[in-house]
Amino acid sequence: MFTAEMLESIKKVEATRAERIGYEPRRMTAEEKDTLLRQYHPDFREDGFSIIQIGPNKGEKAPVELCTLLHSNSRIKDENIDLSKIDYDVDVLVIGGGGAGSSAAIEANENGANVMIVTKLRIGDANTMMAEGGIQAADKENDSPQQHYLDAFGGGHFAARPELLRRLVMEAPDAIAWLNNLGVMFDKNEDGTMITTHGGGTSRKRMHACKDYSGAEIMRVLRDEVINREIPVIDFTAAVELILDKNGQAAGAVLQNMETGEYLVARAKTVIIATGGAGRLHYQNFPTSNHYGATADGLIMGYRAGAPLLYQDTIQYHPTGVAYPIQIFGALVTEKVRSLGAMLVNIDGEAFMHPLETRDVCAASIIRECSDRGKGIPTPTGGMGVWLDTPMIEMIHGEGTIERRIPAMLRMYLNYNIDMRKQPILIYPTLHYQNGGLEINGEGFTKAIDNLLVAGEAVGGIHGRNRLMGNSLLDIIVFGRNAGKAAAKKSKTVSLSELSLEHINSYAKKLEAAGIETDTVSPMLLPKYTR
Amino acid sequence: MQEMVNVFLYGKKYTVPADLTIMTAMEYAGYKLVRGCGCRHGFCGACATIYRIKGNNELKTCLACQTQVVDGMYVASLPFFPTDKRSYDIEEIRPEQKIMMELYPEIYSCIGCNACTKGCSQSLNVMQYIAYAQRGEFEKCAEESFDCVNCGICTSRCPAGISHPMVGLLARRLTGKYIAPKSEHLKKRVEEINKGAFDDLIAKIMEKPIEEMKELYNKRDIEE
Ligand SMILES: Cc1cc2nc3c(=O)[nH]c(=O)nc-3n(C[C@H](O)[C@H](O)[C@H](O)COP(=O)(O)OP(=O)(O)OC[C@H]3O[C@@H](n4cnc5c(N)ncnc54)[C@H](O)[C@@H]3O)c2cc1C
Ligand code: SF4
Ligand code: SF4
Ligand code: FES
Repeated sequence: MFTAEMLESIKKVEATRAERIGYEPRRMTAEEKDTLLRQYHPDFREDGFSIIQIGPNKGEKAPVELCTLLHSNSRIKDENIDLSKIDYDVDVLVIGGGGAGSSAAIEANENGANVMIVTKLRIGDANTMMAEGGIQAADKENDSPQQHYLDAFGGGHFAARPELLRRLVMEAPDAIAWLNNLGVMFDKNEDGTMITTHGGGTSRKRMHACKDYSGAEIMRVLRDEVINREIPVIDFTAAVELILDKNGQAAGAVLQNMETGEYLVARAKTVIIATGGAGRLHYQNFPTSNHYGATADGLIMGYRAGAPLLYQDTIQYHPTGVAYPIQIFGALVTEKVRSLGAMLVNIDGEAFMHPLETRDVCAASIIRECSDRGKGIPTPTGGMGVWLDTPMIEMIHGEGTIERRIPAMLRMYLNYNIDMRKQPILIYPTLHYQNGGLEINGEGFTKAIDNLLVAGEAVGGIHGRNRLMGNSLLDIIVFGRNAGKAAAKKSKTVSLSELSLEHINSYAKKLEAAGIETDTVSPMLLPKYTR
Repeated sequence: MQEMVNVFLYGKKYTVPADLTIMTAMEYAGYKLVRGCGCRHGFCGACATIYRIKGNNELKTCLACQTQVVDGMYVASLPFFPTDKRSYDIEEIRPEQKIMMELYPEIYSCIGCNACTKGCSQSLNVMQYIAYAQRGEFEKCAEESFDCVNCGICTSRCPAGISHPMVGLLARRLTGKYIAPKSEHLKKRVEEINKGAFDDLIAKIMEKPIEEMKELYNKRDIEE
C-alpha cells in the first residue's frame, strides 16, 4: 500500500525507533510556541480571512468561507412562509441531534417541558458520534477543578470566558457521573477507578475514555435515552431560519424536510441551537474530520437573527488527520495514539517535537516540517505528511495494546491493509473544531435574543481560542444539560406574541446597504461533493 | 492516467477512479447524498451497503464510507433498515436475565445460522453476543458488541427477526450502569464539589490577573 519513497523513509523510522523509546523531546518555551504559531498556524494566514461587513460583529475577521455564508441570502428570502400555520408547537425546540442537543432534550424532558428535537440527518449523525479520544474531568486525588481550569485557560490562550470555564470544570465530575448512571461504559480498572490518560496540554491524567469509541458510546446511550423517553425526534429536517416574535424573542424555527423540500413551522417558547461545528466548510481547503452536516448552520441562523459571535476567527486543526491512504484522507487519528506513546517523526526518522504539545502548536509544527523544513513525506495525490510512529505503542505498553485501546483506529487502517501495529502511519493536520461560535452567558442564553440558548460546538467562549482534547465532549454534556434545564424552566414563564420573520428582511436590507450582491444562500445544510 | 473502474450503482453503470470509496464514487457519479451518509469515517452506521462483484454469487455487506470500489461492483445502499427498539426505564430495570426475555424475547428464536456475523460491517461476532444475551451474560455481550455502529446490516439478514444492535445496546447500558464496578473517586469528588469544597479555590484562580495566570500555567508541574 505504501509508495517506494514511503517504504524507504519507514526504514529510517525503524532505525531510530529503539533510541527514541524512553527519550522525551524537550517541550517548547512559551516564546518558541508563539513564533511557531504566528508563522505556521492557518489562523495566522491573512488570505484565509475576510472582514464581516454587517451585523453585530461588523468589522471583525472570520474565515473567508464563513464570511461568504454570513454575507448570503436567506434560503427563505423569497418563499412565502405562512407563520399562522403551525406544524409543531412545543415548549422547548432543540435544533440538532448530537450530544449537546440530546442531553439538552433529556434534561428539558426531565424538567417537565414538552420538548422536540429537529435534526438535519439522523439523530446521532453528528460530530459527537465520531469523538474517539475521551472526555476530561478532574475527579482524581491528585487533580482538582482549579488545575483543570488552569490547563484549559492556558491551552485556550487565556481567552476563555471565566464564568463559562468555571462551569465547565466544576460540573465536569457530575457530567461523568450522569453519563455513567445512564449506562455509558467508561474504561475502568477492576476496583472501579477510571482509567485516565493525558491529552495534549493536560497537566494531569484526566482523560476518561470508552476505548476509542468515546463519543460513539456517549452518543448511542444519549440517543437511546431520548427514544426511551419518547421525546419526538424529527429526522432529516433542517432548521433553516429562526422565528422571532413581534417583541424580538426567539419563538421557533422554519424547518425544511431535507428530502421533499417542504417547509414547516415550529413554534416554541424557548429554542436551543445545538447544531455543532463547521468542518465541512473546508476552510483554507483543508480536509476535515467532521461529519457530513457540519456546516455552521446554527451560527448563520443565530447571527442573522442578531446574536453576536465570539472567536469566530479561531479554528482548530487537529494535528493528526489521515494523510494517506486517500480513501480516508482527513479522517481523525485520535490524540490518544500520541498519549499512548506514538511519536511524530519526519522523513529522516527524527522526532521533531514533543508529542503532547497543544493541538495548535503540534499542527503548526507539522506544517513547518512539511513546508520550510522540507522534511515531509510526499503522498501520491500531491499532499504531504509526517509519520506517527505507532509500533512504539506496543513496544512501550506491550503487545495487544493497540487492539485493546484503539480498536477503531486499527480497524480503519486494516481496511486498507495497513497494520499500524507494525508500520507507522502518515498524518497531516485536518480541520477539526470550531473554537468560536455564538456568545452565551453562564446559563446558556444568548445575550442578544431572549429565550434563545446555544449549547455545544456552536458556542464560542468556553475554551477561549483553542480547545484541549476532551473538553468538548465535556462541554456538550455540561452546557447541553444546563441549556435543557434552563430552557425548560424559562419556557414556563414565556408568552409569545405574533410570529415574525422580519429580521430576515432587515438582514437583507443591511446586505444591500453594504453593497453586497450575492447568489449564495445560507445556511448551507450540506456540502457539495458531486462533481 | 488515473486508473478507472466500472461500478454499477443501483444497476446503472458508471466509470469512476479506482481509489474512491463507494460513497465518494456515488458522489463522483453525481448522487447528492442526503440519506446514507453521516460521519463519513466509519462511526455512525448511516451508510450500510450491499454489493456483489460481477461473476461472484456472494452478496456482501459493508459501510460505503469505508470500502473501496472494485471493478464490476454492483452496489445498493440500505439507508434505512427498520430495527425494532423496545423502550424501558433504565432506572427501573435490573441486569437480570429476565429483562432480555421481556424486552427482546425473539433472541431465543436464533437458529444459529451466523448470517449476522458474516454480514457485520465491523467484523463483530454478532451471533456470539446474541448468545451471551440469551444467557444473561450482559458483560460479555457488552464487550463483544462494543464496536457496533448500529448499521443494521445484521438485522437485515436475520431469519429470526432479531434487532441485534438494540440487544447489544441494552446489554451495554446495563453493564455500564449496574455491573461495572463503581468509581469511588468520582462519587467523592462530586460530593466535595457539591459541598462547596472547591468554591474558594476556583474563585481565587478566576480572579488572578492574566500575567499571573501565564506564570502559573507555564510553570505548572505535569504528571508523569
Ligand atoms: C472526529 C472527531 C473526533 C473528536 N474527538 C473528540 C474527543 O476525543 N474529545 C472531545 O472532547 N471532543 C472531540 N471532538 C469534538 C466533539 O466531538 C464535538 O465538538 C462535539 O461532539 C460537538 O457536539 P455538538 O452536539 O455540539 O455537535 P454535533 O455532535 O456535531 O451535533 C450537531 C447536530 O446538529 C445537526 N444540525 C446541524 N445543522 C442543523 C440544522 N440546520 N438543522 C437541524 N439540525 C442541524 C447535525 O446534523 C447534528 O445532529 C471530536 C470531533 C470530531 C469530529
Ligand atoms: S452488529 Fe450489526 S448493527 Fe452492529 S455493526 Fe455489526 S452489522 Fe452493524
Ligand atoms: S442471523 Fe439471526 S438467527 Fe442467524 S445466527 Fe444471527 S441472530 Fe441467530
Ligand atoms: S457515513 Fe458513518 S459509517 Fe459511513
